[in-house]
Amino acid sequence: MSRLSSTEPPADPEPPADPEPPADGGGATASDEAAVSDQAADDAPGDAGAPGAAPQPAPIDDARLVILDALAAELGDDLVETETLRNDIWVRVRPSAWRRTAEVCRSIGFDYFCFLSGLDWMPSTSVMRGEVASDVADDEEGDQADAAYPATADVEPATAGDAAEGAAEQTAADETGAWKTGHAGGDTRFQVFARLYSIERRLGLTLKSDLDDDAPAVDTWSDIYPGANWHEREAREMFGFEFVGHPHPVNLYLPGEFEGFPLRKDFPLLAREVKPWPGLVDVEPMPETEEEVPANGAPADGEPTGQEEPASQEAGS
Amino acid sequence: MTAVSEQQRMAYIAGQAADARVNVELQTEEMTLNLGPQHPATHGTLRIVARLDGEQVIDAEVVCGYMHRGYEKLTEVRTFPQVTTLINRIDWLSSFANEVPFILAAEQLMEVEAPPRAQYIRTIMFELSRIANITLFIGEMGVQLGAITPVFFAFRDREYVLNLIESATGGRFHPNYDRIGGLKEDLPRGWVAETHDAMKRIRTYCDQLEDLLMGNEIFEARTRGVGVIPADVGLSYGLSGANIRASGVDWDLRRDSPSPLAWKDLDWKVWTHPDGDSFARYWVRLQETREATRMVDQMLDGLPAGPIQAKVPRIIKVPAGEAWAHTENPLGEMGYYVVSQGGLGPVRCKIRSASFNNTSIVPWLLKGVYVPDIITILASLYFILGDIDR
Repeated sequence: MSRLSSTEPPADPEPPADPEPPADGGGATASDEAAVSDQAADDAPGDAGAPGAAPQPAPIDDARLVILDALAAELGDDLVETETLRNDIWVRVRPSAWRRTAEVCRSIGFDYFCFLSGLDWMPSTSVMRGEVASDVADDEEGDQADAAYPATADVEPATAGDAAEGAAEQTAADETGAWKTGHAGGDTRFQVFARLYSIERRLGLTLKSDLDDDAPAVDTWSDIYPGANWHEREAREMFGFEFVGHPHPVNLYLPGEFEGFPLRKDFPLLAREVKPWPGLVDVEPMPETEEEVPANGAPADGEPTGQEEPASQEAGS
Repeated sequence: MTAVSEQQRMAYIAGQAADARVNVELQTEEMTLNLGPQHPATHGTLRIVARLDGEQVIDAEVVCGYMHRGYEKLTEVRTFPQVTTLINRIDWLSSFANEVPFILAAEQLMEVEAPPRAQYIRTIMFELSRIANITLFIGEMGVQLGAITPVFFAFRDREYVLNLIESATGGRFHPNYDRIGGLKEDLPRGWVAETHDAMKRIRTYCDQLEDLLMGNEIFEARTRGVGVIPADVGLSYGLSGANIRASGVDWDLRRDSPSPLAWKDLDWKVWTHPDGDSFARYWVRLQETREATRMVDQMLDGLPAGPIQAKVPRIIKVPAGEAWAHTENPLGEMGYYVVSQGGLGPVRCKIRSASFNNTSIVPWLLKGVYVPDIITILASLYFILGDIDR
């Protein structure tokens, strides 16, 4: 989400290779000031966090549009969907083009590998997640969220059963459209996602790809971005993704004989199944706040929420 | 400086080549050296399995996970305000800095922004965390090379910073001070003056350490030209922070990434070093610590008045969406990719910690080095185990 707009030539903040930077720190001051003033100028439209500017479309600067055009030109049909929001880019590609996407990104200047991981869009079986599925009842949920926990806690272990059952439930959920997926959409339960950054352009993007529900597999990136090696090992053991061509596909964190994929939503967090999270008491309404709490966001124009002292929530617990 | 280092680097490479020739002639036997998981040089439970040919490493494997706590799973069963308690423990030497990017991601989704005073105090605490973290590194690097004194200095002067953090937040190590839309509490009385004093002390400490270590023959010989990371290799491994700036990449998220925090108002400088060796990493961190004290001084002088908490609902529900927020933490780029579906807690929270990527380069970096250099290279990369294992 760099604010360096296209008015600044991308080559400008490039690391100078002058021989005596130990004396003056790589001549950082000049580009430093440029960046600061640029930020100040760019702050005016008020994109990222400005609370009042809700209705206007998300601003996106030209440098990012150039990236999107370049990706669209190179990938063609393999580019499924893109989304821009808060001056950030999400790009979803076909899984068959996952590796090609990395090559294209590398060739258009995304030299920094940030991370790679997985997403599981199946509604969670965890107790905490109980209220999320019922977003239709969002308005009455504020005060009753915690009241809903015991009920969902009873229901959820049934769906927690085994992976096959989870998959069956998933198709049913797909038909009703109850599953939510994130930015740039998604058609399947699993997604692999990664973030790359261009040091020269000072901007990053998030790449996503849908993976098969039963046999999630995708080509490895580890020879294009060596940093992906460990991240893919982690995604492999945590989500059960297969990275075809990975040079060293062994567990990174988990013991070798570990069964199951912990970050999948159908992998129960046993400690919570046995004993409800004691911290739930934190989200109970205080006795004096009878009125309804605004369901999501909108703090500026929301009704008075009975918060005389804003940090009272933590202080009271 | 550069000329000396170049010369030493050539000598080092020539030495390696000579050794390789000898090895071919003698047909020596390989040996596996197991460092850790409890080796002092690994600062925790990290294990390095190195295959050696004589004194030289043929290849090395890093075995981590001895401290894996599954934070990404645990965040999914907590509410947004509760997550900060957890993520405090990722990089435990600069706990507050871990909280900030997560809170920023949640604020992005909620479209809330903390008031200016809160942003300033956040930034001050962030930089104090950096100082508390890096002063330890500066002292400890000496220990790895046999110099005991610096680490005593480090623990002595670091204490002043920890006291400041404790007096403002209530927590010496784990402040849990940042809130969505603001902060837990305002600063206590007299804190500003005390902080100015402590910053002076830290600057003196940096000067002392520069006198003690830099220019020391042993220190220079053991760090110059050792563990050289070219910029492009570092970037493709995702190296960040001082590690990549020491390879000449002029990139600092405090300057280069838009953030509501107060860095954009300050007059400061990003330090880089072209060499990419262990010495450069040490040097850059030392300069950054000094720079951080100046930034804290500036912020204390320009501290705005006003509230420290924006209006947020008492029960925090974060609107559905995905947000990525990252900051320049003491160890490098730390970021959180937060997925919310409108509930009380995150549906998915990918924690991108700096040490994870910084350590993943170790197998590449250790190829061909000598056994004693393993220690200095690991120390100069500077990782925190909790930041690798999460």
